[in-house]
Order: sequence, then C-alpha cells, then structure tokens
Amino acid sequence: MATILTPTDQFDVATRDGLWMSASDAERVTGWTLKPEGMCRAEACVPMPASAVKRTEVDVEAFWTKLGGPVVASEARDVWALGASPDERNATLEGLQAPDFTLPDIDGTSRTLSQLRGKKVFLATWASW
Amino acid sequence: MVVAVAEESRGADHARPWIEQAKSSYWQLVDTEHRLEDLYNLVNVPQAVWIDEDGRIVRPPETAGSTDHFRRMDLKTKTMSAEDQAERLAAREAYLDAVRAWVTTGKHALPASSARMNLPKVTPAIAEARTRFRLGVWLRVNGRAAEGDLQMAEASRLHPESWSLWRQAADLDEVGKASGPEFWKRVQALGDRPYYPAPKL
Repeated sequence: MATILTPTDQFDVATRDGLWMSASDAERVTGWTLKPEGMCRAEACVPMPASAVKRTEVDVEAFWTKLGGPVVASEARDVWALGASPDERNATLEGLQAPDFTLPDIDGTSRTLSQLRGKKVFLATWASW
Repeated sequence: MVVAVAEESRGADHARPWIEQAKSSYWQLVDTEHRLEDLYNLVNVPQAVWIDEDGRIVRPPETAGSTDHFRRMDLKTKTMSAEDQAERLAAREAYLDAVRAWVTTGKHALPASSARMNLPKVTPAIAEARTRFRLGVWLRVNGRAAEGDLQMAEASRLHPESWSLWRQAADLDEVGKASGPEFWKRVQALGDRPYYPAPKL
C-alpha cells in the first residue's frame, strides 16, 4: 500500500515494486485510462513501452515520467508525489487563462476562482512568515 | 474582487489572527500546500496576478506593493530611515493606485503578447522542487518532520530563486527562523539582484 500525492489530491493505493498498480487505480490517480494504444485521456493517447504494462497493471512511475512530470518518493518509498510537468504548466500559463483552483477559507468553506468569472480579480498572496 | 491567499503550511489557525484583524469582505483563503505557487509559478510573497472578467491573466505574477527598502534597515533596531519609509509607502500607494485604475478604467492591463512574454518559465528543476515541497509538507503534517525537512531542503536547492519554499520550510522548523540570521545572509548574497523586483507599471 502506498500514499500517492498528486498536485491536488491524495490516494491510498495497493502497489508493488514502486508504483505498479491496477489499471483502474492508475486511472483513479492519474485520470488516464489504459487502452490497447496506451494510456489515454480524452483524445490523447501516450503509447506505453511493453516494460511498463503487464496485463491489467501499469507502472505509473514510468508513465508519469514519460508524461514529463516529476516523481519523488519518501525514503521508505511508502509516500510518493507526482508533480505537474513543466511543459503542462507553461502551456497553461501561456494560454493566459488563469489556472482554476479551489482553496478553503479559515472556516473551511471552499472557494473556487472560476466562481468569480465576470469580475476582475486581484489575486494576491501573503504569509505570516 | 480581491482574493487574498495565505501561503501557510502551518494551517488555517496560524493565519487566523491576521485574517480576523483584516476584517475583510473579500475572500481570505489558506493554501497549506502552496498550490497557488505551483499553478502560477510564484516565488515570493506578496505577489499578485491580475485576472480580467473573462478569467484571463492580464498581468503575470509580480511583486504586490513591497519594495527592497527593508534591506537597508538597521538590523539592531529593526527600523528604516524616515526617507526609506516614505519611499516604501509611496511605492505601495502607487501600486494600489494602479490596481484601482485597472478596476475602473482597464489601465495597466497588458496585451496578451506582453503578458505572455513576462511569464516566468517553469523548468524541470522547479517542477521537481514543487513536488518535493508537497511531499515534504505531507511528511511533516504526518509526524515525519526530519524526513520532510530533507525534502524541503532539496526543494530549495533545486529552486533557489523561490523565497517562499525556503522561508516556509524555515518557519516550519521554527517560527521566526524565516526572518532570522540565515534569511539575512541569503538576502545579502543577492548583491545587486532584487528581493522584490519592482512591477513594470
């Protein structure tokens, strides 16, 4: 069993030998579906080398690396983080559509940036430190 | 609409006193994992992004009203000269005036090509740094501080331009460390480079 962190979520998944997992768990974690032509999402398919697919299992570390995203693990390899690929981040920002996000306020109420469509938004960060 | 986001890995309660004191009518959100910095490629606080009615970025991330005058403060008394204080205040006012002008007239919104040109690029090292930072925060929250600190230290090594990654890690280690002697040593090492690059208004 491993804990896998994606940029926005956290999953507990049955894994072996790193990030080998069932195709259904791989889909839950990555949003990509195993098909004969590779790992697919909407119209896009990423061909997978034979070494990264065994029957209904996928090596998500190999897949994510192929997507260009960073994969890091804790020393005991029980917690993993899959990061967004730099190409994906740059392409989104260069499209100039403000990346959407949902964050809580101090009372735990979730707020989503796109709820403010129709208004100008001054999005600013601060910190106590 | 103002959306103020606290980059605060210690959690909402740590940001609460400031938020309650502000008594704001706008959104005050808490970002424990620095998700916004990942999405918008931010490196310091305060930084701001201007977003128009259609959800388009019209000014990419830039310093939101702060200046480098603090670098000349007397470290013993933690005070700035009257002249520096006045200049600092004037720069902040000028920035806020620009925000107000944008809201009422659209002034200072950049055409798409310049907005795009001024975007900081995400490199593979930055992407890995943010991923390690995310893992580091998780490890710390789950009682594995020493391991988490190692991930955060590696994150700062990979992305030395990010003050947020380093200062948040320092603060998690000990409140106050983010503006302690090690911070000042890092600021001095900037030499002629800015800590808060001035927005090009």
